[in-house]
Amino acid sequence: MTKALLAVVGAAETTQMGTIPNLSQIGLQADAALNACRDAGITPQQVDGLALAGGNPVDLAQYLGMAPAWVDGTPVGGCSFLMHVRHAAAAIRAGYCQTVLVVHGESGRSRIGKPPPPFTPDPTSLAGQFEAPFGGIVPPTMFTVPVLRYLHTHGLTPAALAEVVVAQRRWAALNPRAKFKEQLTVDQVLADRPIAWPFTLPMCCPQTDGGGALVLVSPERARDFPGRPVFVIGTGEATETGMISQMVDFTTSRAFRASGRAAFDQAGISHSDVDHLMIYDAFAHLPLYGLEDLGFCAPGEAAGYIAAGHTSPGGRLPVNTNGGGIAYMHSGMYGMYVMQECVRQMRGIAPAQVPGARVSVAHGVGGMFGAAATLVFTNEG
Amino acid sequence: MKPQGRLMPKITPETSHFWQGCKEGKLRLQRCDACAHTYFPPRPFCPVCAHDRVSVVVASGRARLYSYAISHIPAPGLEPPFAVAVVTLDEGPRMMTNITGCPQEPGFLALDMPLRVTFLDLSDEVALPLFTPEGAA
Ligand SMILES: [Zn+2]
Repeated sequence: MTKALLAVVGAAETTQMGTIPNLSQIGLQADAALNACRDAGITPQQVDGLALAGGNPVDLAQYLGMAPAWVDGTPVGGCSFLMHVRHAAAAIRAGYCQTVLVVHGESGRSRIGKPPPPFTPDPTSLAGQFEAPFGGIVPPTMFTVPVLRYLHTHGLTPAALAEVVVAQRRWAALNPRAKFKEQLTVDQVLADRPIAWPFTLPMCCPQTDGGGALVLVSPERARDFPGRPVFVIGTGEATETGMISQMVDFTTSRAFRASGRAAFDQAGISHSDVDHLMIYDAFAHLPLYGLEDLGFCAPGEAAGYIAAGHTSPGGRLPVNTNGGGIAYMHSGMYGMYVMQECVRQMRGIAPAQVPGARVSVAHGVGGMFGAAATLVFTNEG
Repeated sequence: MKPQGRLMPKITPETSHFWQGCKEGKLRLQRCDACAHTYFPPRPFCPVCAHDRVSVVVASGRARLYSYAISHIPAPGLEPPFAVAVVTLDEGPRMMTNITGCPQEPGFLALDMPLRVTFLDLSDEVALPLFTPEGAA
């Protein structure tokens, strides 16, 4: 493994999770930021770098009483926060700032301080002209469109998607904060209410309120903070398309492959080094694409791998150990919670702790296969 | 499907030839004068080689069903269930569309089935390119 790029010295989610009627979106962002600062033993006034998506970092800086020397508002969807971590590593190395807060807070369910649905794309945009008129408007009718081609290519059935739900509900049952803990069988998942065939309700994420934040510093400063540091040793980012219809190959994500390869190469790790994996799952097909495009499974083999229990509790590669976006929570831009679970696992404090885990990978998606970002964490440094 | 109420495209200078073609019953693509790459959606340069001399070409209107999801969520102007589909044109490019002239059920929507374009008039400016199974009435 290579030299660490960053140390995570503070990490926290919002005090509440799920339905939070007493905080607006910027209030959730502040709650998460203050919790992460307390975890690091500092105040926001001691932080000189701020990254945010789902709002303007200028507004949050003023709200928290900060005067940052560096901001990043890269908004590429749910994996923005993983990209912010990558960008923060470069900024700290360049000397633009010393301590970075990466913040997420979203009133995805209560929609306080956030525009109400329906979301319609700008009618002059390419998506507005060439996708929205055909009903490709909301994530359940866009993100899902590639999967039939994937299933057809590999001779699979919708049971492949149901296996993902069954496995992740096992992890959710171990997590007190998870929204959906009920255990389901493949047949029960397939018989549930159709949302966008072949996707049924349990294969789709809920919409919840919540947030999270990380405090990042150079690895050399890690011991100046009270907690057990977690190190970032590999990072990757990539884009493909803002239009799902223009994805090059519906059976694989070009962005996933490029981002994952960059992160693994930078970390100098191989797949057998990975003890724990988080794959952003707004819908149940994403762990299938993620396992294959990151190189853990050959094309078409992820569903069988999951069905065999390898990603479930006690399996050889625990995946989405908080229950995932489809069972834990999903505020809209879920990437922050992927990282929070990696940090908990590396600190040894996760509700469903993987014994002895040393290397953890976070993989996020932005938009509908539009962007990707990947981070490699370790607790050895 | 009733035509009223769909989200309407707002035509931009770079896309006007496409939408004008749809009103005339023609599916217009663009082809690079330098490398012959045929592409969609419209733009005034080649996305493969960046050449800025490109020609408008009329597609055959033939395509195959690449993938789809059958939405059970209402969308403006579309009554569930309806398939949000992506087709591969014989010329190569893909586009999102809806499949008309057949039930919106998996048994009637086989991947790779041959399709041909048909146009749904929505306004004085806009006709949407939809696709129907080859051989359907
Ligand atoms: Zn060209």
